[in-house]
Amino acid sequence: MRKKSKKLNWTHKHLLGLRDLTAEEITYILDTAEGFEQISTRSVKKAPVLRGKVIVMLFFEDSTRTRNSFVLAASRLSADVLEFTKKTSSVSKGETLLDTAKNLEAMGIDMIVIRHGAGGVPEFLSRNINACVINAGDGYCEHPTQGLLDVYTIRKNKGSLKGLKIAIVGDIAHSRVARSDMWAMTKLGAEVTFVGPPTLMPAKVNELPVNISYSLDEVIGKVDVINMLRIQFERMGGNPFPSVREYSHYFGLTVDRMKNAKSDILVMHPGPINRGLEIESQVADGKNSVILDQVKNGLAVRMAVLFLLNQAAMQQKKINKKL
Amino acid sequence: MTKELLIKNGRVIDPANNIDKVCDVLIADEKFVEIGKPKTDTKNVIDAKGKLVVPGLIDIHVHFREPGDEEEETIASGSAAAVAGGFTSVVCMPNTNPAIQNETDVEYIHRKGRQARKTHVYTMGAITRKREGVELAEMGFMASAGAVGFTDDGNGVQNPAVMLRALKYATMFNLVVAQHCQDDNFVGDGVMNSGYNSTVLGLPGMDKLAEHAMLWRDIQLVKKTNVRYHAQHISTAESVELIRQAKKDSLPVTCEVTSHHLLLTDKCCSNYDTNYKVSPPLRTEADINAIKQAIADGIVDTLVSDHAPHLQSEKELEFLTAPFGIASLECSLGLFVKALIESKILDWPKLIELMTAKPAKIIGIDKGTLTKGAQADVTIIDPNAEYVVDVEKFHSKSRNCPYNGWKLKGKVEKTIVSGEIRFQA
Repeated sequence: MRKKSKKLNWTHKHLLGLRDLTAEEITYILDTAEGFEQISTRSVKKAPVLRGKVIVMLFFEDSTRTRNSFVLAASRLSADVLEFTKKTSSVSKGETLLDTAKNLEAMGIDMIVIRHGAGGVPEFLSRNINACVINAGDGYCEHPTQGLLDVYTIRKNKGSLKGLKIAIVGDIAHSRVARSDMWAMTKLGAEVTFVGPPTLMPAKVNELPVNISYSLDEVIGKVDVINMLRIQFERMGGNPFPSVREYSHYFGLTVDRMKNAKSDILVMHPGPINRGLEIESQVADGKNSVILDQVKNGLAVRMAVLFLLNQAAMQQKKINKKL
Repeated sequence: MTKELLIKNGRVIDPANNIDKVCDVLIADEKFVEIGKPKTDTKNVIDAKGKLVVPGLIDIHVHFREPGDEEEETIASGSAAAVAGGFTSVVCMPNTNPAIQNETDVEYIHRKGRQARKTHVYTMGAITRKREGVELAEMGFMASAGAVGFTDDGNGVQNPAVMLRALKYATMFNLVVAQHCQDDNFVGDGVMNSGYNSTVLGLPGMDKLAEHAMLWRDIQLVKKTNVRYHAQHISTAESVELIRQAKKDSLPVTCEVTSHHLLLTDKCCSNYDTNYKVSPPLRTEADINAIKQAIADGIVDTLVSDHAPHLQSEKELEFLTAPFGIASLECSLGLFVKALIESKILDWPKLIELMTAKPAKIIGIDKGTLTKGAQADVTIIDPNAEYVVDVEKFHSKSRNCPYNGWKLKGKVEKTIVSGEIRFQA
């Protein structure tokens, strides 16, 4: 498989989302990540491929997992990391996002890993600055490295995504993970079903390449993979469901419900988990759960992404010089 | 001494008087004297051969941002943009800072307009104090100061009882009440049309239901009050049907359509370019087709720019936080030519009617015609001349125009206001 994908010439300097990538490109990232996974098993866990590069972590929203994973991935590749949070930046002094980014770039930043509450901000940055831009989550648009680590985890456990039935359960409307997963999974040949109450489905969900179900009970026995989304109280306006109790009753992944699932079902969750709400502890920690593997795989995937984008940026620079 | 101006050999189109022929127009002392073959020995002659000579264009929906946001636009800069676009009369919206809500505010707009000495500047007054939708603004004082209608534009009046009260009260003044139809409950923090594109872009959507829900409600109120009601910038197929039915029922309901709701769809938002962020939001191809059909059927009463200037720095923000609005007054005519004449929906006389006589009637001003004795506002257009939109050449202070670089036909050659040439290309 690796031989085959080596032919691909990776040209993207930015990773803004998975919607615009081809199945071949996604597979190429996954294959590259496989190589990086081994580094974590060595006694010296470093590779020099990004030595001398500066990567800024530009986080306008809270994050533990994603941010730490990116920081660790960058340091494993020997890059220097600059941390930038909303509280310590001048954004709070009224500077525009573009000015902040331009200032950072003036300091010689090579790559920007950005998380922002507004959809499209990574794209906006990529159009206005020269550094590589990596989307670490924008509003409820995309979270491409999460999508990649999810399909990586599935591929590792199931061999391939082709023909797999996958359920994504919960607040689809406000989930960037659901969108990135959908693009990656369907491109790699899986059949995706969105499950949740109609009030948490996005507009024109029927035009997306997925099935839709309002009943977890109807879906649970049919799927090979189930991805439980976190109920994001901070994003939901109004009250899309009457109570947490009622939500859990219909859409919680309980031990009882798991009895109707395939025995080899993969249970996934992007974290952080609301235990007892969308997933019961026994299930989150049970034998079908790959939740911690997802975190582990995230590191390899993010190393691969940093590596590939940097390579593309270097190539472009070379071409520009020749011209 | 009488000052005369003769416009010779143009194709004179005056829809209100059913005129469409090659002839001359004679102006004296700021008034029209004769259309036809007037006898005069004036040396003051414009040769309009091959050009259209039409009543000065009227746009009843512009934002000149004064008072309060003069960094975005002033009445002076907006007026210069207006005549460059061929507009001899414009109606400013009252969503300024402070809002236009008493006679002093109205007089201020008029004075600034006179001082700019470009286009005739009218204004609508707010329906409610501070456009908050709670208490009525002083409609009577604004009416006597010359306001040409009332609207809380930008905000729809949410409370139906308040809107009913406003319509009832407005019957005293025989002025139009105009509404930005949008039920905020359906919109929330939405920034673009709710649909496939908002879903994949991860942006909060504005359900089109917000528009026709309020329009439907208002039509019920009009049935009760019979006051003249104008639906601003309608953008959906459903709204079009409601207006069609209201007209069938002979209700005093009119509506307007913007150029962007004829030329652009929500697909345009797909690279998060905030120049496409506008309210009501860009809809779908199906909506555009329904609106075009309505225009062909005579359901739409006027065409407007909804010229909404904003600072570049504001538009350089995230799509979520950038302000709504498109500045297009200067290329407005060309945009409508593209949307309606090039696609054979309308011919020139019909288009001119929607931009002159009809809007004049909505706001009740004695303009939009070449009738003898009327104030001499004329726009001379080269219908075949092509030009490229260049925002850097705008007279407007703002550049938030998604049409930059577009090739358009229908170039404004001269704009004559009260017999005086106020713009020439």
